[in-house]
Amino acid sequence: MTTVIIKTTTKYLAALILTFGAYIIVHGHLTPGGGFQGGAVFASGLALLIVACEGDVIRERFKKVPLSALESVGALGFLGMATLGFMGYTFFRNVIANSGFPLFGEPTPLGINPGYLNTGGTLPYMNIFVGTKVLAGLTSIILVFYLLLEVRENE
Amino acid sequence: MRRALGLFAFIGFTLFLIAAAMSLRPFGEPVHTEMDHYFITHAQEEASANNVVTSIVFDYRGFDTLGEATVLFTAVAGVLMALRRRGVKV
Repeated sequence: MTTVIIKTTTKYLAALILTFGAYIIVHGHLTPGGGFQGGAVFASGLALLIVACEGDVIRERFKKVPLSALESVGALGFLGMATLGFMGYTFFRNVIANSGFPLFGEPTPLGINPGYLNTGGTLPYMNIFVGTKVLAGLTSIILVFYLLLEVRENE
Repeated sequence: MRRALGLFAFIGFTLFLIAAAMSLRPFGEPVHTEMDHYFITHAQEEASANNVVTSIVFDYRGFDTLGEATVLFTAVAGVLMALRRRGVKV
């Protein structure tokens, strides 16, 4: 399964794919894409890393990665950002937008503009949380499938 | 007999689909346009984001995204519960 071609391709391509996924997640409120799409791209990069390595290396590498905790943190963070709307408004109200909050709180210039990263209110936060959740969930599914396949082969 | 019935149903369904496709509204002219205009003209100032799709997904229709995230969470939990074995720890 792991040939020299896959290993060499992964060595150069994995970092690019992971960077692209993180870019899609963080720029979700400016460019096409968002938490779900960026998380899927990031998880596909991690899937490439999983496929290209031997079973022991994967187990050693992913032992320290708290995938389940990341999934839970993403879900709870998303709910928490939605609950912030209860500060005077309703559920899912974008309270940080145009409020002058130092992170993502700047007002957006109306009309055509180059796109400023420090805008969007709760949208970038939700993008980041949902992206964390999606990449942790998809990666853990792929990891369980791959390790299960290895267990079957050894028996 | 069964074959003729199937052929009849196939032709009828195809005619129905063609009739439905002929009566579609032209592209870019939906029936209700008030909501689209509201989103396009107000999303940038209300949600403070250039990407109107993201502002709809995470702000105006946040409950939809909440359900989507719950579906993904349930799927991951189900897969991990069903396929977890000894020695496989995530």
